[in-house]
Amino acid sequence: MSRRRHSDENDGGQAHKRRRTSEPIEIEDRLESLICRVGEKSTSSLESNLEGLAGVLEADLPNYKNKILRILCAVARLLPEKLTVYTTLVGLLNARNYNFGGEFVEAMIRQLKETLKNNLYNEAVYLVRFLSDLVNCHVIAAPSMVAMFENFVSVTQEEDVPQVRSDWFVYVVLSCLPWVGKELYEKKDVEMDRLLSQVEGYLKRRVKIHVPMLQVWTAEKPHPQEEYLDCLWAQIQKLKKDRWQERHILRPYIAFDSVLCEALQHNLPPFTPPGHMPDAQYPMPRVVFRMFDYTDAPEGPVMPGSHSVERFVIEENLHCIIKTHWKERKTCAAQLLSYPGKNKIPLNYHIVEVIFGELFQLPSPPHMDVMYTTLLIELCKLQPGSLPQVLAQATEMLYMRLDTMNTSCVDRLINWFAHHLSNFQFRWSWDDWADCLTVDLEKPKPKFVKEVLEKCMRLSYHQRIIDIVPPTFSALIPADPTFTYKYIDESTSSLPGYPAAINVGNAIKNRASNEEILTILKEVPNPNQEDDDDEGESFNPLKIDVFLQTLLHLAAKSFSHSFSALGKFHEILKTLTESDEGKLHILKVIYEVWRNHPQMIAVLVDKMVRTQIVDCAAVANWLFSQDMAHEFTRLFIWEILHSTIRKMNKHVQKIQKELEEAKDKLEKQQHKRRDSGDDEEMEKNSEDEDGQLEEQIERLQEKVESAQSEQKNLFLVIFQRFIMLLTEHLVRCETGSVDISTPWYKNCIERLQQIFLMHHATIQQYMGTLENLLFTAELDHHILAVYQQFCALQL
Amino acid sequence: MSAKLNALNSDSYIDVSQYRDQHFKGNRYEQEKLLKQSHTLYVGNLSFYTTEEQVHELFSKSGDIKRIIIGLDKIKKTACGFCFVEYYTRADAEHAMRFINGTRLDDRIIRTDWDAGFKEGRQYGRGKSGGQVRDEYRQDYDPARGGYGKLAQQHRSTEARNSF
Repeated sequence: MSRRRHSDENDGGQAHKRRRTSEPIEIEDRLESLICRVGEKSTSSLESNLEGLAGVLEADLPNYKNKILRILCAVARLLPEKLTVYTTLVGLLNARNYNFGGEFVEAMIRQLKETLKNNLYNEAVYLVRFLSDLVNCHVIAAPSMVAMFENFVSVTQEEDVPQVRSDWFVYVVLSCLPWVGKELYEKKDVEMDRLLSQVEGYLKRRVKIHVPMLQVWTAEKPHPQEEYLDCLWAQIQKLKKDRWQERHILRPYIAFDSVLCEALQHNLPPFTPPGHMPDAQYPMPRVVFRMFDYTDAPEGPVMPGSHSVERFVIEENLHCIIKTHWKERKTCAAQLLSYPGKNKIPLNYHIVEVIFGELFQLPSPPHMDVMYTTLLIELCKLQPGSLPQVLAQATEMLYMRLDTMNTSCVDRLINWFAHHLSNFQFRWSWDDWADCLTVDLEKPKPKFVKEVLEKCMRLSYHQRIIDIVPPTFSALIPADPTFTYKYIDESTSSLPGYPAAINVGNAIKNRASNEEILTILKEVPNPNQEDDDDEGESFNPLKIDVFLQTLLHLAAKSFSHSFSALGKFHEILKTLTESDEGKLHILKVIYEVWRNHPQMIAVLVDKMVRTQIVDCAAVANWLFSQDMAHEFTRLFIWEILHSTIRKMNKHVQKIQKELEEAKDKLEKQQHKRRDSGDDEEMEKNSEDEDGQLEEQIERLQEKVESAQSEQKNLFLVIFQRFIMLLTEHLVRCETGSVDISTPWYKNCIERLQQIFLMHHATIQQYMGTLENLLFTAELDHHILAVYQQFCALQL
Repeated sequence: MSAKLNALNSDSYIDVSQYRDQHFKGNRYEQEKLLKQSHTLYVGNLSFYTTEEQVHELFSKSGDIKRIIIGLDKIKKTACGFCFVEYYTRADAEHAMRFINGTRLDDRIIRTDWDAGFKEGRQYGRGKSGGQVRDEYRQDYDPARGGYGKLAQQHRSTEARNSF
């Protein structure tokens, strides 16, 4: 089947076939393209495009019915922001071809079952919403939709199921009502009232321990961080009070009412929600992020209120657009800015709010942090006259409310702001933030500015930072990232390690062998012991100090130089750090020499973990040690800790994958043998192969167990240290009758939360141990609360 | 059921570009195959003064970096405005193509492109004067990349000599 090349093919975007070919693949691609693109910018009206498309599809039904069904089901699931465009299309098709309408509804139900089975709950919401809007298009009979909703709400009567399960079924029903509430109430108001009162009862008895852990700010003012179901309920209540009058949603089907009301409707088959399965992963609860209200947009359209259903619909649609287009930032920005109905709302404010809402979402943003940075830059490019101002206003507001912002969110704000500034020549009106200079530097505002400047410096250089801030900000400027060498010159010659440092330095420069260097190091006295044992093998902190300081000093020029040095002398370093004390000390030395360059510390620690000079637990113990207590609230500490945990997790996953692959291979091999030959010799050979694989599997199994044990130990170490530190603080405050809420305490307890939130998937495996060993009832209730909130997330 | 729609699957930022390394040892097909699997990015339009640290800070935003190799002038052995960034995973490199390509580093819009993989020797500029080829022929003045292009510099000094 040769494909003729059209000479007039345009480049970029979808190649538009000017000639109808008889190639089925090309027609299918064309159908996909037509369907996906309807509703986008066009010279004709949306109505005429829909009419035209309905005609085309109707004509293609005899030959391409299944394909069309497949495409329509897919857009229902994947393009929720264009929901009403596609329901109208289906409505028109149903009016022209009743059977097709019925088949579509059946296909949707099948798809709904599949998505639920596969834990794709967010997509299932879009499918149900689509079905409910089909009521407006006269495709589905209202009573059968109500019946489905009744079945969903009856899940709230189930016992012994996770709360997040019944949450989801309630959410689905409520979130469809902005689209279909009016129609359902007109047809079945008694049933709907009963339904809503059941929902109300459920919402009242729901447990909400998890909420504080998910809130971006701890303060209620100016905008409460509402639990998502509570907010949606308030919005639906208000909609009901307004007699279901909703004017924001674009409803193309209204223009076709005369055609659609002639159509015959289908009944949804009775749909029983699938029962709870133990491996079901329901969506986690969330909190609605709000930072703007009607007082914030100075001119132009007014922002819909926090409990208006318009607010819900706008936010939903904007989230959906980001979900659809996040990989292509130009398209994403363009789609956001061309939101239908944008002239009636302060769109820029909604966009900025939704983006920050995702960026600050707890436990973690739906997409990578850097995506939001780049998306905001694209938006600024497309709307240079208005968006940057809104963004500046938002930044100002976020700064003002730093005191009550969750530490994890502050981290993300720091990273975002510094990266953003680096794209705009670091221009900012720092003087506006001069208030941060008048308070203790550990307070959130000066701390924020300090961390931002540090990140800015990493993306530029020290002098640049001095140049961009007013001289009054000098206390917040980061240190010049220089190396601090203990054995720097003759003035330090009295130090015990000095002579050896000189010799080691020369030996390295002269490319001496490891043995020669080790011989030099043998001469280093051990401050810990009166008499060295013969081999000098025991832990000698001075030896580590002399060698590592000198080596890193010689390699201080760049990351690559330092990595090369660590690689070259890997053997010596392994020897020096055989003991746990050795591992801890090497980390201490790294900090001592590079304390002005936290970025370098982080990359060196990363390298040493990867090359197994230190292990993850050593890093954790070092970060929590007394020596590092004065740095405990700095961002780089937590970046190192989380990076270390991630490396541990990836390591476990890697070996688990190897084990699975070996098991699969064995199974395949055994199947092959069973299915194929009976040749005796062949059988013996493959039995040998099996034996080898089985041995490999056993070894891998041991490796997995050992890695998991290391992982569990790492979390235990971290949690133990937190508990110790926090308990100490709480006891001290209580005995001194002092308020526990110091900046240090807020930081520490939120860092503990952050461990749970950032690594919840892994920590779930060890809940039993954690509860039995650490998070027992004897623990101070402040600390225990964090654990209980975490457990509540998966209730 | 998990029907993917080609029309919705656009991910153009991670597409392979038209550039092919003329010094690549192998045929076009092999090069393209490597590009499609690569974890390594070429990064261009850097300032000569951009450091490994700055590159590391920026590109770490899309994932853990395995190594960075700063491009060098073949003669002077100083940075000449490009580098390679190698990630541990393909996915992290793809994120860099989507979110870091076309943004600023050291005040300059940088460009990333897939690379078939670092080999010794590829860290050197291939221009006659030792830097990158693009700096041989460009006519504009770029203070962060040695001023005028090498050819233009020669013309300027010839002109200066002639007019003196």
